[in-house]
Amino acid sequence: MKSTLSEIGSSPFQAVATLGAVGLFLVRILGAIPRALARPRALIEQIFVVGAVSTNLILVGGLFVGLVMGLQFYTALARFGATSALGGLVALSLLRELSPVVTALLYAGRAGTSLASELGLMRATEQFKAMEVMAVDPVERVVAPRFLAGVLSVPLLTALFSAVGILGGYLVGVRLMGLDPGVFWSNLRASVRFRQDFLNGEFKALVFGILCTLVALYEGYHSDPTAEGLGRATTRSVVIASLAVLSCDYLMTAFLYR
Amino acid sequence: MTKIPRAGGPPAGPVNDEAAVRLVGASLRRGGREILRDLDLVVPRGRITAVMGPSGTGKTSLLSLVSGELAPSKGQVFVEGQDINTLDRRRLYALRRRMGMLFQEGALFTDLSVFDNVAFPLREHTRLPEALVRVIVLLKLEAVGLRGAADLYPSELSGGMSRRAALARAVVMDPAVVLYDEPLTGLDPISMGVILRLIRDLNRTLGLTSVVVSHDVQEMLSLADHFYVLADGRLIAQGDRESLRAQAAASPWVRQFLEGEADGPVPFHYPARPLWDDLLGGEAA
Repeated sequence: MKSTLSEIGSSPFQAVATLGAVGLFLVRILGAIPRALARPRALIEQIFVVGAVSTNLILVGGLFVGLVMGLQFYTALARFGATSALGGLVALSLLRELSPVVTALLYAGRAGTSLASELGLMRATEQFKAMEVMAVDPVERVVAPRFLAGVLSVPLLTALFSAVGILGGYLVGVRLMGLDPGVFWSNLRASVRFRQDFLNGEFKALVFGILCTLVALYEGYHSDPTAEGLGRATTRSVVIASLAVLSCDYLMTAFLYR
Repeated sequence: MTKIPRAGGPPAGPVNDEAAVRLVGASLRRGGREILRDLDLVVPRGRITAVMGPSGTGKTSLLSLVSGELAPSKGQVFVEGQDINTLDRRRLYALRRRMGMLFQEGALFTDLSVFDNVAFPLREHTRLPEALVRVIVLLKLEAVGLRGAADLYPSELSGGMSRRAALARAVVMDPAVVLYDEPLTGLDPISMGVILRLIRDLNRTLGLTSVVVSHDVQEMLSLADHFYVLADGRLIAQGDRESLRAQAAASPWVRQFLEGEADGPVPFHYPARPLWDDLLGGEAA
């Protein structure tokens, strides 16, 4: 029987069955990736569709998060006379937590929904069946390139989010509040460590990319072939991906930053 | 439940090599319900075979058995002499390359143009140079009258046109067997005539074997050479046009279906308690 991710929790048996189905789906995708890599054009096209179109959202989102953090941290630090630590604080919060998590949430809302609805529509209009009958594996032709594109895009978008966020913090702290730019940057450079902070954040982004893309693709690919099923798959892809990202973030933080 | 008579005797028509598709005692069970029961069916090579029956009698499921999408719970399905359920994925795909299928709504890929849709199987399965792909695709599009629409996208096509484009895609690999799932549903009379003509012409000129699943009785009687009538998952009549008419005279069930009568062995009313009881009984259980 077909099961959907939201049925996790309805019964322990169902939960195991659904997770197993998602795991098998992932294995099928991974098995198809070598052949998906043999079509670089399709992959690049998907990276554009999945990743590039999220760029504007990420840039605007990152900038505002950075601006708000600059403002909040500056006023909080000013109480202790520690405004010189602003650069490091903004950068660390972004690199370690906010960038991967917020990027993943925005990605799930922007790209995840479009993946789920695209696949759901293909299911509803029998396009997957048509491919099967034409002896073309839809997982290889449709699902795997989208999966790869999503998994590659999220870490890149996360880095972009951090860069713009730091710029936002700089604008508020230095340009608006009058902090010395030298102090801002030197504190940032002194407190950020490449491996522990940047790479760990990127690792989180990679995991979130896998989670969000897998959930969206699974829900879309297994949606009911009706208009209602399509809508449900789209909604589910955001809800489940968001919950998965937030809960996974806690676990990863606990393990990565001990 | 109405008792449905079964067509007697072994399946008519040639067997073995002459059969492009053969079902032997095939049953299909899904979700605890038996959709197809013990079907013996032979599709003679090079001809058009129509599988008719009311909606919900498992006609589309029968096509899914033939395409190998579903496995029978009992019995065997042979396509081109191969038992389709004993094939591994690679051999099943190899067999499917020799099959074409026209889906009810066409199932064109919405992100590809008509040209790319028709070229899709060629590009996936062959290493033909693009110039040759172009020639083949344009010829197939010419055959269905859509060469001028090659650059349009499926969303820009009418129902009849998408069905024709899908037909061009179904035959672009020059398959041996083409399956049609309700090819006439939802079409206007002109498009219907076009599709019927195309099925007939393609079958003749390309030397195909066609299996058409439909509930459009009159159109099928004019199109096909060989007929199977399904009801409630069983075969109730089979044979050529004449023998079908003869069976209609003998079986009220076949007659009701062929003539499209509202009441008969398949009752007009959904099972209910007597009207009088319902009207006088009010809310009573």
